[in-house]
Amino acid sequence: MAKAQLMDFDKALELFEPVLGFEVHVELNTRTKMFSTAPNFFGGEPNTNITPVDLGLPGSLPVVNGQAVRYSISLGLALGCSIAPSSRFARKNYFYPDLAKNYQISQYDEPIAFEGSVDVELADGRTFTVPIERAHMEEDAGKLTHVGGATGRIQGAEYSLVDYNRAGVPLVEIVTKPIYGAGADAPELAKAYVATIRDIVVALGISDARMERGNLRCDANVSLRPHGQEKLGTRTETKNVNSLRSVERAVRYEIQRQAQILADGGTIIQETRHWHEDTGTTSAGRPKSDADDYRYFPEPDLLPVVPSAELIEELRAALPEPPAARRRRLKQEWGFTDLEFQDVQNAGLLVEVASTVEAGASPQAARKWWSGEISRIANAREVEASSLVAPADVAALVALIDSGALNDRLARQVLEGVIDGEGSPQEVVDARGLAVVSDDGALIAAIDEALAAQPDVLAKIKDGKVQAAGAVIGAVMKAMKGQADAARVRELVLERASAE
Amino acid sequence: MSEITQEQVAHLANLARIALTPQEIESLTSELGSIVDNVAKVSEVATPEVPATSHPIPLQNVYRDDVPGETLTPEQALAGAPDHDGSRFRVTAILGEEQ
Repeated sequence: MAKAQLMDFDKALELFEPVLGFEVHVELNTRTKMFSTAPNFFGGEPNTNITPVDLGLPGSLPVVNGQAVRYSISLGLALGCSIAPSSRFARKNYFYPDLAKNYQISQYDEPIAFEGSVDVELADGRTFTVPIERAHMEEDAGKLTHVGGATGRIQGAEYSLVDYNRAGVPLVEIVTKPIYGAGADAPELAKAYVATIRDIVVALGISDARMERGNLRCDANVSLRPHGQEKLGTRTETKNVNSLRSVERAVRYEIQRQAQILADGGTIIQETRHWHEDTGTTSAGRPKSDADDYRYFPEPDLLPVVPSAELIEELRAALPEPPAARRRRLKQEWGFTDLEFQDVQNAGLLVEVASTVEAGASPQAARKWWSGEISRIANAREVEASSLVAPADVAALVALIDSGALNDRLARQVLEGVIDGEGSPQEVVDARGLAVVSDDGALIAAIDEALAAQPDVLAKIKDGKVQAAGAVIGAVMKAMKGQADAARVRELVLERASAE
Repeated sequence: MSEITQEQVAHLANLARIALTPQEIESLTSELGSIVDNVAKVSEVATPEVPATSHPIPLQNVYRDDVPGETLTPEQALAGAPDHDGSRFRVTAILGEEQ
């Protein structure tokens, strides 16, 4: 549905109550895969990080990665879940070449974690509690590339190419219960929920949590029902939502689309929908049908997971601070105003700023770079700020400014170099020759030249009209091609003028 | 008497991508029916207090250390593949989507 045909968002909420539900997949950053000793690394040469287990070759048997189980328990505890005294794996049977076995090893009736809740903070500081139904362990699937057809999409494709490097990567799928009462906050809550899950897994250190790389993926379920109606409306499940911004937009779009259909007397089809980042719309995927009959049964090749009470308590004791408590602490430690802190949080930059401060930058400098230049570039390129540059590089950049080696203008150029993959800030400075001219001799020579060219300025400064120095400073900065510390130039100009 | 119908057998065969003739569907319906009847006998003694058994062997918590091991080369991985393109498997385009 084109955007012009959508019902106005406010009107949609007057007529209907949105009910949300999320399935978030988190890729764990263990060294090896869930059930095989293949390195947990993909993106390189296809089909290099695989073993017979990942290909489902005859005679191969899966063995559970103990670290992945511990990570899953930690995540379950951080989500306020109960940990199952005994859980088991199950086979989810389907025929699609993204897994070579014709089934995915998942968990079905006995997930490792169940019945929890997550407190999600909205931009204005209100807290919304999202109920968690379960978190279960499973394996990721391989990557298909469709060849032929106009757009590289499945429609019209002649054949598909398969890379199993990602097959078997450990996943935890977090499933919420239906979320009621979000009302007009639904799109924002969707974004804040995924951001909270991201903060939790980053704090636990169990996932790289880079949405643009698919480490964290969100399927958003949306349904509408008339106000006061008990029965839930038919839901759609929007997939391929790969940034925080998209999660918010996709939920808003689905609310408007469904409202328009229902108001026109139509019915919502229960189906998966694909989110299109470029147009900001969703399109129909496959309808829920027979293909959803996955014939789950207990995985006969794997034994039950029965974590001891000691292990659970050990992992519980090692849990990091919950995100909400952490936010309160950081705000105080950083000395940010409410507005400054909310800006950082709403932009989803809390983790980035915190990591940058940990790497040695002052809180204000970290905030300034992330909320300023880095966000500006991210917006222009329509990507997440966190995907552009590592916090350690931002801290290194700030250190170069603090030491006087760079001024802000040069630092912005260095930042661009870092973002474009030219190396660390110091490497970019060296390669591009961007350091500030800190040699006073060179500055003084340029100042004397500028003073000689503008004799009236000298007289004015001597008369006490210090602001006249601006013209000379400007000339010197120009001569230095901007690679000078303006404050230092000003000092030197005043010194030279009084010495004359 | 079991509730297995020919429609269920045909549905299962379709899900499992097994082509069955009408005769096979008919005989499987009665065979599966008697299997279900036999299994139902077990339910008569299995009270709700008896937990379901997914493994006959009393073992649990068999884990592997998170240490990388040997991997296949792309050549080895592709050796049994009907078709490939570079180091990727080449498969018929199947209308569907990733799970």
